[in-house]
Amino acid sequence: MNDLPEQKETTLSFEKIKEDILRPMQNHKGLELWIVFLITVIGVCAWAYYVQLRDGLGVTGMRDYVSWGLYIANFVFFVAVSLVGMLISSILGLLRINWITPISRIAEIIAVAFVAVAGLVIVLDMGRPDRVLNVLIHGRFQSPILWDVTVITTYLVISLLLLILPMIPDLAICKNELKKTSPVLKKLYNILSFGYINTPSQHKHLHKMIRTLMVLIVPVGLAIHTVTSWLFAATLRNGWDTTIFGPYFVAGAFVAGSAALIVAMYFFRVSYKLQDYITDVQFDKMGKLMVAVCLVYLYFNLNEFLVPGYKMKTGDDIHLKELFTGNWAIMFWSSQLFGNVIPIMLLVTKKFRKPLPIMIISLFIIAAAWIKRYVIVIPTMLHPHLPIQNVPENFVHYYPSAIEISVTVLSFALALLIITVLAKIFPIIPICETADNEGIDYKIEA
Amino acid sequence: MKEETSNNSRRKFLKSVGLSVGAAGVVSGFSLLGAAKAAAQEPGETVNLLTQDGQLVKVDKNQLRPTVSEPLTELQKRGREGIAGKSFVMVIDLSKCRNARKCMDACQNHHQLRTDQHHINVLQMQDAEHTAPYFMPKPCQHCDNPPCTKVCPVDATFKRQDGIVLIDNERCIGCRFCIAACPYSARIFQWTEPKDAEKYKNLTYNIESNVPQKKGTVSKCLFSADRLREDKLPSCVSSCPNGVYYFGDRNEDAVTNGTSGETVRFTKLIKENAGYTLMEELGTKPRVYYLPPKNRAFEFNGDLLNEENLH
Repeated sequence: MNDLPEQKETTLSFEKIKEDILRPMQNHKGLELWIVFLITVIGVCAWAYYVQLRDGLGVTGMRDYVSWGLYIANFVFFVAVSLVGMLISSILGLLRINWITPISRIAEIIAVAFVAVAGLVIVLDMGRPDRVLNVLIHGRFQSPILWDVTVITTYLVISLLLLILPMIPDLAICKNELKKTSPVLKKLYNILSFGYINTPSQHKHLHKMIRTLMVLIVPVGLAIHTVTSWLFAATLRNGWDTTIFGPYFVAGAFVAGSAALIVAMYFFRVSYKLQDYITDVQFDKMGKLMVAVCLVYLYFNLNEFLVPGYKMKTGDDIHLKELFTGNWAIMFWSSQLFGNVIPIMLLVTKKFRKPLPIMIISLFIIAAAWIKRYVIVIPTMLHPHLPIQNVPENFVHYYPSAIEISVTVLSFALALLIITVLAKIFPIIPICETADNEGIDYKIEA
Repeated sequence: MKEETSNNSRRKFLKSVGLSVGAAGVVSGFSLLGAAKAAAQEPGETVNLLTQDGQLVKVDKNQLRPTVSEPLTELQKRGREGIAGKSFVMVIDLSKCRNARKCMDACQNHHQLRTDQHHINVLQMQDAEHTAPYFMPKPCQHCDNPPCTKVCPVDATFKRQDGIVLIDNERCIGCRFCIAACPYSARIFQWTEPKDAEKYKNLTYNIESNVPQKKGTVSKCLFSADRLREDKLPSCVSSCPNGVYYFGDRNEDAVTNGTSGETVRFTKLIKENAGYTLMEELGTKPRVYYLPPKNRAFEFNGDLLNEENLH
């Protein structure tokens, strides 16, 4: 791989950047079909949720002992993935790392979509969604759920701002360039570009605001996943009653989020023909970042399982035996191997950090990350302090029902739909920032 | 307390029948549950009632009218406040439990539960591999440091001044955080339409008995708070045939055995029998005390002694 790197960037001009990035927004048949497909899936699965509303949560596989199941595992997964917005556009952005410019908006779109759906998943899990407003009317701040509602809403708002504010110059360009687009979108571009014409004063104020938000979102991002982990760690149950759950969840979230970003990068690079922007460099750097976050996560996993496994305290012993060698061993070990150990081993080699291999590895990491959430939530519920007796057979095991799986598909399809629609109406790569990076001068007309 | 019990026995009996009949046969103090049952039965049937002057009369069931219950807001208000001056405790004597399960039946009947739904559950326990197995009735422990009420996002489950932990099923949003938080697995959830939902749909919800049960909300043992208000012992306590349960007031330092009616000093009972609380290492401070299963009144005849069922 020591051949001369092709100097694609030299041919870039502002006109070409605009043309390349705005093209898929105007004309992309595949994307429209994909949107129709997602809406159909959501429509079909919405019926499953209607059945759940009508007949109660009894249509799921959950019962009195496993009273949190698939939905809560999904919730943790969605929150985890959404953390990538904070990692890429804030932490790396504040460090003024240049290679993130073309992928920061994708990261922010993923963050907005996943955190919004995470909030919805909690409502899908409620026994009485009709009383959701009680959380505001009778809200009790001693409950970690209130903290979660607060930080998730805050994170969604700041993420939306971090999506829109850096996009203002690009939307001014959209307003001028996309003459044939629908009147609704024209109006949207007009409003959201806030009359930006790139005067030095506008530029200065905008970047000041963006940097303030970047700082603000760091504690909020840490908070959403820490508080989510406290939903579990605040209980006295075997497997959840641990002090490292906060940082452990945050570390895991960086892994899941980075993997989701890599898959999205690959998809947009191919489908939107953005090879000149999302280059091999971005994949290579993301691969290295992945190794770093996986190593941190591995370290937390060692602490989380090796230490109690060494002691085998009553209560923990049955839980850990089930995970290590019992009914949960396949899921537990595959999540550790495919989501952590093997990716580290592969991604230290440069050839696995090429776009296609790293995308495939990332798909495995995402699957393993989801399995990991499932293994965190359900086995603990199956191992309470007191024996499970005098209840029907289906209280003692947990298998998600078809309804539950359909509602899960619904939430995933909704997240993908939000990402797709945002990527359809907004430029997926920052036009002006790319030009800034390349040292290209440009003007934005009023 | 023993004396008081016998003095009140006639009044209690009247209340336990749940009826007081006037000369015109108009019933004024008729229990809600009874009303719904009566309404569902064939006309023309007669029922024996005890009048206030102590005579048994036969009354046609069609003449019975349900009492107008307290309005919901009043029930909610007094249900949240609890009974002033009381501090309820339960003592469970494990040496006497032979798994008769009358407590479970009475409880399910009182709180309109299905047979697989337990506010109280008699568990077969074995603490370690070579220790003796025993039966352990397990109601809600009504902890003084309750992990469940802490996590409730809407204050639907709460602890009252008399120590009882209750749930407001008109407010519960069904997030099930309290179920996850309870280390005693004391809480259940109404996953589907509750038992006999259609039959009881017009009853006013009583927060002190969780009746009628509400779909999509959490339910659990309430120490029969509605019966305590009428000076009666909890359903499980008074239905036990083997003298397992004592129930009473820690402020008075007196607990009454539900089977024999005998009232004893709470502190003495605990002290002499080395009473303990369940999983005290968790810091939950339960209000249910256990007396260890020594000098047992029976042979253990449980069906489990295998590893699988121990946890």
